[in-house]
Amino acid sequence: MTESKEARRSQIDLPSGYQVEHDPDDLWGDSRVIVNIGPTHPAMHGALRMVAKLNGETIEKSYCEFGFTHRAKEKLGENRTFHNFTVYTDRLNYCSALINNVTYAMSVEKLMGVEVPERCVWIRMICCELARVMDHLICVGINAVDLGAFSFFLYGFHQREEAYTLVEKLCGARLTTSFTRIGGLMGDAPDGFEKELKAWVEKTRKVIDEMDELLTNNKIWKKRTVGVGVFSKQDCMDYSFSGPNARAAGIDLDLRRDQPCMFYKNVEFDVPVAQNGDVFDRYMVRINEIRQSLNILSQCADKMKKGPIWSEDKRVRIPEKTVVHNTMEGLIHHFKFFMTGFEVPAGEAYTQFEAANGELGFYIVSKGATRAHRMRIRGPSVWHFQALSPMVEGEKIADMVAALGSINIIAGELDR
Amino acid sequence: MDIRHPIPTNGGEWVTQFGEIWRGQVADLKKTFDGAIEEVKMPQADATDVPIIYVKRDRLVEVLKFLKETDGFEYGFLADITATDESSELRFEVVYQLFSQSKLCRIRVKVRVPEGVSVPSAVSVWKGADWAEREVYDMYGVQFEGHPNLRRILMDERWVGHPLRKDYPIKGYQIFTDPQAVDPERLK
Repeated sequence: MTESKEARRSQIDLPSGYQVEHDPDDLWGDSRVIVNIGPTHPAMHGALRMVAKLNGETIEKSYCEFGFTHRAKEKLGENRTFHNFTVYTDRLNYCSALINNVTYAMSVEKLMGVEVPERCVWIRMICCELARVMDHLICVGINAVDLGAFSFFLYGFHQREEAYTLVEKLCGARLTTSFTRIGGLMGDAPDGFEKELKAWVEKTRKVIDEMDELLTNNKIWKKRTVGVGVFSKQDCMDYSFSGPNARAAGIDLDLRRDQPCMFYKNVEFDVPVAQNGDVFDRYMVRINEIRQSLNILSQCADKMKKGPIWSEDKRVRIPEKTVVHNTMEGLIHHFKFFMTGFEVPAGEAYTQFEAANGELGFYIVSKGATRAHRMRIRGPSVWHFQALSPMVEGEKIADMVAALGSINIIAGELDR
Repeated sequence: MDIRHPIPTNGGEWVTQFGEIWRGQVADLKKTFDGAIEEVKMPQADATDVPIIYVKRDRLVEVLKFLKETDGFEYGFLADITATDESSELRFEVVYQLFSQSKLCRIRVKVRVPEGVSVPSAVSVWKGADWAEREVYDMYGVQFEGHPNLRRILMDERWVGHPLRKDYPIKGYQIFTDPQAVDPERLK
């Protein structure tokens, strides 16, 4: 039964004397409304706020706000020693804290000209890929939960917990890892770690296939995601998209392959690319990237050999505990290292790495002191969140939730 | 040892890989923008990882556009916009990190400005420069000329002071009990 616009309009009780302006685009009289979504709405992951002008259910115009969890990381970077700042990097993208740790350590090492031994690099690569898998699992999982596919999320989340157990074996912490040190690592991987890692990889491969079968061809999932939240290749270029979100729109670029650091040249992997740049493609790219990360992980486990994990550079080497506890010089060294820190030679560098969300960059300017002159963190989420408003213009409000979940905004690296 | 020491697992090969490209590009830039390039710092000669081009303020957008669109440069990806507080007469340096997705090399453009002088906005070149410039304004108080919507972004709009300036106090409070209201103007 269809009612005419006039009939519907007459059903709305309006206060006497209230005149409805005639607007031909309006669905019915006075249907435009301004809605505040967030900052504490469960669909807005983290503390994000979107102010949207709705016409019925359609978002006509919107703007986004953030900064509710701003912790002045960049200012802290200028007021903490280079060693101290490692723990703050955990709290950037907290879904993949290890990637932040590694990128930060690499950026300071680049400024100091410190080379780390081979085993250290392999363990760091394992950390990065493990963190990438964890990040992608949570992204596709939560995206599915937002759209109503709850069991899919549990499959991934279980495997993610197992991955956290592996991380716990490496560094004792699950979420805020602080695993890297400048010039090395907090500790070596325990005996038999490679074997456990490979067992986890094999298990996760099966789980990913299961997840893929469960959701990818599901009719409802496809209806909710295909053609939703489209962001074209050109738009992605304009808004500096990077990582899986850019690859979903057809930008064939992966910094691991194209600007390789660590030993990414020595491992084989493909870079999954899609063409349409919608929610479904971002999901597909992430699922396929998990598979590639698992390939890299098993190659790393094979290629890793026993050896030292610390650089021999005296400036950054944390003194051994036996030396600290038994010698005067060792104690002084230890005290100086942790109280005043080491000096980083003057210079500036922008170190980038393909984090789970895109290009994570640390731009550090040093003036030769123990603290940075400028510690800039380029989080990919800032650039992705900026594009949310243009991305969802003209879409339904429920599709905004799908789009937001698919670009994986992490409030930690957004607000810094 | 400092940044001049190449690390094979951490971008150490860039100088040999891109050195020729960078030198050609810098020569080209100097020829095209006679007088607009104040200074160039090259890796190895100076303590930096990629070339830094210091550009005069009034020709910044021209140079950025040239870097983005000209064949042989193709720096189409704006990686970052930020600033540093140098506490000198030309107080701020606004920094543009560019990345060429076809040549896979990076370059850095800087512009020096004294306090109270605005920088031309790069929003006409990259739409995504919008928020990055707002953040620089929020943190340093550098104004961007021609920016569509230059407001604070991380801090509350009622905040006083620019936190990343070197003379900004580390401890202190500014407490707002009311939330920031919706601005209907921005939904037009």
